[in-house]
Amino acid sequence: MMRLLARYGIVLEFPNVQTCCGQPAYNSGYWKEARAAAKTIIHAFEDSDFVVTPSGSCAYMIHHYPEMFKEEPEWQEKALQLQRKVFEFSNFLVEVLGIQDLGARFPHKVTYHPSCHGSRLLGVKHEPMALLNNVEGLELVPLPFAEDCCGFGGTFAIKMSDISGAMVAEKAEHVIETEAEVLVGLDMGCLMNIAGHLRYRNQPVRVMHLAELLYEGVSYSDEHTANRA
Amino acid sequence: MSTQQTELKGTVKERAQLALNNDFLRQAVKFTTERLRSGKLKAAEEHGNWEEWRERGRQIRLHTIAHLDYYLGEFANNARENGVHVHFADTAQDAISIALQIAKAKEAKSAVKSKSMVTEEIHLNQALQSIDCEAIETDLGEYIIQLANETPSHIIIPAIHKNRYQIAELLSEDAGEQLPPETSVLAGYVRKKLREKFLQADIGVTGCNFAIAESGSIVLFENEGNARMVSTVPKTQITFMGMERIIPSWADLEVMATLLPRSATGQKLTVYMSGITGPKREEDGDGPEEMHIIILDNGRSLQLGDPEFQELLNCIRCGACLNACPVYRHIGGHAYGGTYSGPIGAVLTPALKKNVAEWDDIANASSLCGACYEACPVKIPLHDMLVSLRRRKVEAGHDHPLERVGMKGFGTVMSNVKVYHRALKLGKLGQKVVVRDGGIRTKIGPLKGWNSHRVAPSISKQLFREQYGELRSELDQQAKAADPAVAARMREWLTGRDGGASHE
Repeated sequence: MMRLLARYGIVLEFPNVQTCCGQPAYNSGYWKEARAAAKTIIHAFEDSDFVVTPSGSCAYMIHHYPEMFKEEPEWQEKALQLQRKVFEFSNFLVEVLGIQDLGARFPHKVTYHPSCHGSRLLGVKHEPMALLNNVEGLELVPLPFAEDCCGFGGTFAIKMSDISGAMVAEKAEHVIETEAEVLVGLDMGCLMNIAGHLRYRNQPVRVMHLAELLYEGVSYSDEHTANRA
Repeated sequence: MSTQQTELKGTVKERAQLALNNDFLRQAVKFTTERLRSGKLKAAEEHGNWEEWRERGRQIRLHTIAHLDYYLGEFANNARENGVHVHFADTAQDAISIALQIAKAKEAKSAVKSKSMVTEEIHLNQALQSIDCEAIETDLGEYIIQLANETPSHIIIPAIHKNRYQIAELLSEDAGEQLPPETSVLAGYVRKKLREKFLQADIGVTGCNFAIAESGSIVLFENEGNARMVSTVPKTQITFMGMERIIPSWADLEVMATLLPRSATGQKLTVYMSGITGPKREEDGDGPEEMHIIILDNGRSLQLGDPEFQELLNCIRCGACLNACPVYRHIGGHAYGGTYSGPIGAVLTPALKKNVAEWDDIANASSLCGACYEACPVKIPLHDMLVSLRRRKVEAGHDHPLERVGMKGFGTVMSNVKVYHRALKLGKLGQKVVVRDGGIRTKIGPLKGWNSHRVAPSISKQLFREQYGELRSELDQQAKAADPAVAARMREWLTGRDGGASHE
């Protein structure tokens, strides 16, 4: 993500004081603890113009901040400011920067899993499609029942592990069905879940974040241009 | 009918385990929910303006519930003017008492019932049986469930967890002869059998999909014609409705009639839609001589004025959230342990009971994926309500002690980056014992659940935050000038935002 953005002259700062957005605590009902994490995040990004996250789920979590600080108006105002400048990665590329074609080449069969928080709840749907469709040589195969949750759900995967296990098994079946070499997504949690299950079953499907795929794609193009020259 | 399924037995995890080990159930539920949800998606697409109608439906429900006292009063007055006996029941027990009083006065020996979730909620069948009044379910699915001595596992498809071979077996036992597992033969058998029951019944019991305030009418949606039989043949009719079933007018029904069948089964309209305004009048050819409507609260009014849960009362009981739910698909309805299952049940059951502690674990049976909200024809934010339930449980001190310790730790670690770094360092050190080929496969402690289905990744030797400095200087060295088009767009965004516009 950092290398991709650098190609357009954008410097990605990484405030070292940041920790976690607080979603595990928020979803489990521990809002006090979630607020503690949220304050760290709000503080960490106070000076940033744009905040980009590689996981739609974390961006969506920040949309909950204002509601969490209902009783602390000062923090609520700060939370609103952060919410306005936080973007999921593909959304940032396409909607803010206006970039849809990075000149990448990735000659592989790829399938895409739209994560629930990013696509359904944050509304990031067309951006990854636009980016993938502009990758040269990439064959995008539709994932059956793509919108179904992979079963991650954070602490859900630990608390209700067998239900979650049944869900990820079904998701993996569909991935395998497509015969794709690569599964690409926009949420590290879901990707960790599906990759972990595929590995458990010794399935050779490569699981990648869209930023990784795009970077590999532009590097491939760069090398070829260099070779030709 | 037994109440065993409606009472909490074990944890949701234990109940789910039963379902997960039942391949028949999982196949049957998957098959039917898949058919229903794709039917719904197709119907919504063909409709053309689905989102606008959905919003309209939501507005009608929001408005009605916000003025529920007014519309309930209007409905009751109009229904009474039509000659209906209207009763208000605060609790399930009150509703049962009223119904039994009517049945006793009529010396009723049998009651035929069309589908009604409210009567499931109050366990009407057992109560009628206790005064020797036979209660007969006449909806095919409900009839099957009654034979099996079970409870519905879906709001609109009560026997969704059974396949036709299991159904054929049940009906063969009922018939005393072997019936083939063919839907038409099985339905034919039940139809013939129920004909007699309809003709003998003293009481007809119905539910209510919508109650129209402006005329005091009730509206029933069904596909089998049994509700029409139930509401025309017996001399006495008792209709049960939740107090939130109201809509103001027939004009509003147009919106609801557009949303309900499409969301439930993908049908443009159900085979029968009956509007009933009072008992038989002189000029009518048929209909009950006496009609009662029992309006049930049973915990519903507790949601009024609660900003987090009032929208629960907007539900029109279409079952779309069940069909869309990836958890329901794997565990079916009985695992939820209440009358109502799926995402709506996971919220409604504890909300109606106002006893979050007792029903807490149901709220955990969700990955919060939001498919329920997306499927809901009146946009109830069930995924947010599930989080609210979890929060209230924690606030009330009914959380699991181990989880509390863990989450307190989370709060401490995440609010201070120094502690966070120390925790990561500790994790890196600790994992050395269990990491093989960059993955963790051990099934001990908290990793048991995760690793029973997956390989856990290890913490990277060098974290991104540790690589950042090096990467940054590498990129700074080859620094490119800002792409002018990109830079211009970023400036534009910033200006727009400072002008008060949000990126949404």
